[in-house]
Amino acid sequence: MARKEDHIISLGVISKILIPFIQLYSYYVLAHGDLGPGGGFQGGVILGSSIILYVLAFGEEEGRKLVSQKFNDIFSSVGVLVYAGVGILCLIAGGAYLEYSKFPLDHHLAHHLGMYGVEIGVQITVSAVMTTLFFETARKDDETFESKKKKKMEPSNLKSS
Amino acid sequence: MRFLQHLPVLVILIPLISAVVIPVIGRVNRFACWIVSCVALFFSLSGSIYLLNKVANTGKVTYHLGGWKPPWGIEYSIDHLNGFVITVIAFIAFVVAFYAEKSVEHEIEERKIPAFYSIYMLLITGLMGIVITGDIFNLYVFLEISSLAGYALVALGKHRNALVASFNYLIFGTIAGTFILIGIGYIYMQTGTLNIADLRERLPEFYNSTVILTAFAFFTVGLCLKVALFPLHFWLPKVYNYSPSVVSSIMAAVGTKVGLYVMLRVMFTVFKVEFSVENVPIANILIIISSIAIVVGSILAIAQTKIKLMLAYSSIGQVGYIVLGATLTNQIAMTGSIIHILNHALMKGSLFLIVGCLVYKAGIERIDDLEGMGKRMPFTMAAFTVSGLSMIGVPLTVGFVSKWHIAIGALDAGMWYFVPVLIISSLLTAVYFWRIIEKIYFYEEPALLHEDRRVNININWDRREKRENFGDRRINLERRSEFKGTRRKNKEDRRRQLDKQWQPLEQWDEHGRWEVVKNDRRVSEEDRRQFMPDRRSLEGIGRRTRDYNLALIKRGEAPWTMLAPTLVLSGACIFFGIAAKIPVAIAEKAAAMLLR
Repeated sequence: MARKEDHIISLGVISKILIPFIQLYSYYVLAHGDLGPGGGFQGGVILGSSIILYVLAFGEEEGRKLVSQKFNDIFSSVGVLVYAGVGILCLIAGGAYLEYSKFPLDHHLAHHLGMYGVEIGVQITVSAVMTTLFFETARKDDETFESKKKKKMEPSNLKSS
Repeated sequence: MRFLQHLPVLVILIPLISAVVIPVIGRVNRFACWIVSCVALFFSLSGSIYLLNKVANTGKVTYHLGGWKPPWGIEYSIDHLNGFVITVIAFIAFVVAFYAEKSVEHEIEERKIPAFYSIYMLLITGLMGIVITGDIFNLYVFLEISSLAGYALVALGKHRNALVASFNYLIFGTIAGTFILIGIGYIYMQTGTLNIADLRERLPEFYNSTVILTAFAFFTVGLCLKVALFPLHFWLPKVYNYSPSVVSSIMAAVGTKVGLYVMLRVMFTVFKVEFSVENVPIANILIIISSIAIVVGSILAIAQTKIKLMLAYSSIGQVGYIVLGATLTNQIAMTGSIIHILNHALMKGSLFLIVGCLVYKAGIERIDDLEGMGKRMPFTMAAFTVSGLSMIGVPLTVGFVSKWHIAIGALDAGMWYFVPVLIISSLLTAVYFWRIIEKIYFYEEPALLHEDRRVNININWDRREKRENFGDRRINLERRSEFKGTRRKNKEDRRRQLDKQWQPLEQWDEHGRWEVVKNDRRVSEEDRRQFMPDRRSLEGIGRRTRDYNLALIKRGEAPWTMLAPTLVLSGACIFFGIAAKIPVAIAEKAAAMLLR
C-alpha cells in the first residue's frame, strides 16, 4: 500500500532530476533571445518556475531555506541594476544610452554582448519577482484583516497612554 | 560636455536606479532611503532646469536612445512644453520627497516605508518619462509604470477604505490605459510609425479614415478618464481622501497634470489643430464639458466636510480650467492653461502638504476641527491662507495669472460667455476657502471648559447643539458586548484586567485607529455603569471626546522638514504670481508651438 511519504518521495526525486534541466533550458531560451524567439523574460519565467517546482515538492520552509526573502528582494533589484548598468557602460564608452556599437569590440560581438547583458538583467529580475509572487500567494496569511481586528480588540493591545 | 549631453536620459535613469536601490538600502537603514530619494530627485530637478534653460536658449533638444535614428528608435525630445512640465514635476517631486520623511513615519506602517520610497521613485520615473519621451508607445509604457506605482501608493493608506479606493483607481486607470493603447494601436496600424513628430507628418492624409477617427475617440475618452474630467471623475475623490497625505499631494499636484500634458500632446501635436477643431468637433464638446466641470467641481467642493475631499473636488474643477484653456484653441488661453499646470501644481501641492502637517501635528482631517488653528499653527495656517487665496485667484498670486490669461483668451476668441463661468467658479472657490479661513482665524480655540476629573472627559455643553451634526462617528459597542456573554469566572478576570487599564471611551475614528480618551485614574463602578449600557450616552461622549481631543492639541508647528517644503510651495505661489514673466514666456512659446 502506498503511503503518503512515498508520494512525497517520488515527487521530490523527480523534481530533483528535472530542476537542473529546467534551469539549463531557461538559459537556452535566454541565449536565443537576441536573434530568435525567447529572451530574458521567458528565460526568467522558466527559471522562476523551477524554483516554484522545488517549493511545491518540498514545502514552503525548505523553499525558504533555498531562496530567502532577502535573497529575492535583493535579486529583483540587482536585475534592473544590471540592465541600467549595461546602459551606463554604453554612456561611459562614449555612445548614447544602450548604444552597444560603441563598445571597443567587433561591431556584431558588441551588439551581441550588450543585448546579452540586458537579457540577463531581465532574467534575474523576472525570476526573482516570480518567486516572490509565488511565496506571497502561498503564504499562510496570518495578517488578514479579520485577525488584525481581533488583535486590536484584545485589551492587552490597547495601550493606556 | 559629454555628461550634459546625456542629461535627457539621466534625468529618468537616476530616479529609476534609485527606485531599485532603495529597497536594498532599506534593509540596512530606513533613514538612508529618504536621503537617497532626495538626492536622486535633486539631481533630476537640476537636470531638468538645465534642460529647460537649454531649450529656451537653443530650441528643441533631442536624444536618440541606443543611437537609433528617430522614426525607428525611441527618441527623447524636449521642447518648451516638455521642458516646462518636466521641471514642474521634478520640483514638486523633490519638495514632496523632502517633506515625506516625518509624514510617512506617521501615516504609513513602519515596515512598508522603504517600499514607499521605492514606489514613489518609480512613480516619478513614470511621470517624467511620459513627459520627456517623443515616442508614443514609450509614452504608454511610462504611463503604465506611473499608474501601477500610483495604485500601490494609494493602497499604502492606513484606512482600510484605501484598498477600495486603490482598487477603484486600478479599474478606471486600467480602462483608461487600455483605451489609450487601443488608440496607439490604431494609429500604428494606419501609419506604421510610433514617433510623435513622424506621426504629425504622416497622419494628415488619413484624417478622414474611420480608423483614425476611432483612434482619436479612444484617446479622448481614455485621457479624460485619466485626468478625471467631470463626468469621469468618480475615482478621484476617494483616492485623494484615503491615500497618505504625501501621496495625495504628489498625485494632485503632478499626477493629473501629466495626463493633461498627454492630452495636449495628442490633440495638438500628434493630431494637428485643424483635425481636433474642424474634422471632429471634439474641442467644442470638451469646452462645454470642461466648463461644466469647473462649476460642478466647485459646487461639490462646497458640500464637503473633510478637507482632503474638498481639495479633491476642487481639483476636478481646476482640471476643467486647463482643458477649457486648451480647447479654446486661442494662443492666450493656451498660454493660461499651460501656466496653470505649474500654478495648480504649486497651489494643490502646498494645500495637501498643509493637510499632511495638520494630520501629523493635530490629527485633524475635518473642516470643523480647524477652529482656532490660526493661533496654534500660525505658519502652516498662513501658508494655507496664501494657497487658498491663490486658488480663489486673488491678484499677486499664481491663480490670478492663469485665470486672467484664460479669461482674456476667451474674450479674444470671441467666446465671452465663458468669462462668467470663470467668475462664478472663482466666487464658489472663495466660498469654500473663506469658510475655512474664517474657522482658522475668527473662532476661539477649543478649550477645556469643564473637566470631570474622575472620568476625565471634557464636557463642552455649550457647544453641544452645534455638534449634533457630527453623529457619524461610531462608538464601538462590540468591545463591550465582549464580556456580556463570557462566563462569570472569565468575567471577573476581565474586570480585574480592565480595572488596571480601563478605557471608557474608545471609538473608531475615520482613520481606522482607536481614539482613546486618556485617563490617568481608575474609573469608579458608578461611572462605568452610568456610561456603559446606554448607547445614546455613549454617542454623546463620542462628541465630547472630540472636543476633549481638540482641546488637548498643543500650540506649535510640525517639524521643520515638513514645514519648510510647505512654506516653499506656498511662497512659490506668491513668487510666481509676482514674477509671472518667466513661466509666461516659456508657456507662450509652448502655446505657439502647439497651435502651429
